[in-house]
Amino acid sequence: MEILLPDPEAQLAFGARLAACLHLPCVLYLEGDLGAGKTTLTRGMLHGLGHRGAVRSPTYTLIEPYELPTARVQHLDLYRLADPEELEYLGLRDLLGEDVLWVIEWPERGAGILPAADLRIGIAYAEPGRRLRLEPGSPRGQAVIASLSGTSA
Amino acid sequence: MRVLGIETSCDETGIAIYDGEQGLLAHAVYTQVAIHAEYGGVVPELASRDHVRKTLPLIRQVLDEAGLPPASIDGVAFTAGPGLIGALLVGAALGRSLAWAWGVPAIGVHHMEGHLLAPLIESPAPAFPFVALLVSGGHTQLVDVAGVGRYRILGESLDDAAGEAFDKTAKILDLPYPGGPELARLAERGDPQRFRFPRPMTDRPGLDFSFSGLKTFALNTVRTELPLAADPVQTRADIARAFEEAVVDTLVIKCRRALRETGHRRLILAGGVSANRRLRERMDSAIAAEGGETYYPRPMFCTDNGAMIAYAGWQRLRAGQSEPLAFKPRARWPLEALPPLCASAAG
Repeated sequence: MEILLPDPEAQLAFGARLAACLHLPCVLYLEGDLGAGKTTLTRGMLHGLGHRGAVRSPTYTLIEPYELPTARVQHLDLYRLADPEELEYLGLRDLLGEDVLWVIEWPERGAGILPAADLRIGIAYAEPGRRLRLEPGSPRGQAVIASLSGTSA
Repeated sequence: MRVLGIETSCDETGIAIYDGEQGLLAHAVYTQVAIHAEYGGVVPELASRDHVRKTLPLIRQVLDEAGLPPASIDGVAFTAGPGLIGALLVGAALGRSLAWAWGVPAIGVHHMEGHLLAPLIESPAPAFPFVALLVSGGHTQLVDVAGVGRYRILGESLDDAAGEAFDKTAKILDLPYPGGPELARLAERGDPQRFRFPRPMTDRPGLDFSFSGLKTFALNTVRTELPLAADPVQTRADIARAFEEAVVDTLVIKCRRALRETGHRRLILAGGVSANRRLRERMDSAIAAEGGETYYPRPMFCTDNGAMIAYAGWQRLRAGQSEPLAFKPRARWPLEALPPLCASAAG
């Protein structure tokens, strides 16, 4: 599935729409270059799930947790990871749960240790804005895409 | 009172010993070389955040350097948050256990309180009250510091920290990551007039920051200007300069505003970005023009270190605060939730 988003407002709005289509637990991989808008999309999802505060980049903290009414969101950015085994030091195994949404930027740096993706979202530059490519990795991910196709933008 | 400080909240393992009368006795942040002797000459490449293997050898080294036996330590301070929970647990478990074994009190220290109080290790130390700008890869925060444990967040970054914007813009300019300092060097050769970047959130009241847009602005400038540039090397330097000017201007404007709003005269800067030369020059002259003063910890206490944890822990332990045997590291811990020191123990 491909989606064109002409500006940051559309990226935020799509994030909220995507969040409404998710069933937990769910693992999302976000892929794209620096500045592609991975954190912007995450901000839209978090706002859609009811978060009202700031959404800080997890590049330095590696992980930013959010306790929301309907979900516990773990926003990860693995850009600074040199070795997937470093994930052990984050205590990831203790964060698993039925109500958890994983949003993982730079997932390739955690290959072999991260949980498998239900949905992979690739973000690329387009003129104007960004082009999103959604690929399911599980029946749960397929259901998200079916649900997105059934809702209007 | 003599306090051992242990910092393991994120990437660095830092250990130090602070003495109330003699000041800082020894301090070290883990480097491969520092641990050489412990492994008999064979140094395994330890991963970042592998605090389990680094902390105890580093404590031994710091005690050796100070020429002190463990029995001379009167208290142990460890970083209890905020940070990576797995990393915090290592320092907390080890620090609490050592204190128990040595029969001395222990205290969990807030990592950001450590940064805020770090300039007090130096001489001359700023007197309270002051405004603190913490500006690093992980933080951009303005804090009103009335005293130990009396903090009010005045403003903070709503997205990327300033240091992160530096590092990511460096990457966009094809410098190695993390390249904040390299970007600053490249900017030296740049023309400040060629490009103009926005000064985010300075045109409205308030003390919050937003640096994510500057990174995107840099990216768009690179994508539109670089392919057409007659001299790509100079263009990259010009973009670096325009970016640095925008960050520096934004930080100076907000700090001046914070001093005016609080009525304080003293500003302290901490965090890795506070080592930036242009930022220091511009901040010093802008604050001096307002009749204020600027203070900086020495560069190695600007980034994560054990000395600031030993010092903050010493402040609290000597005031009679301590931790029970059950410790609780916290990934998130609001700075404003900290208790002030009891009045009887101040001074």
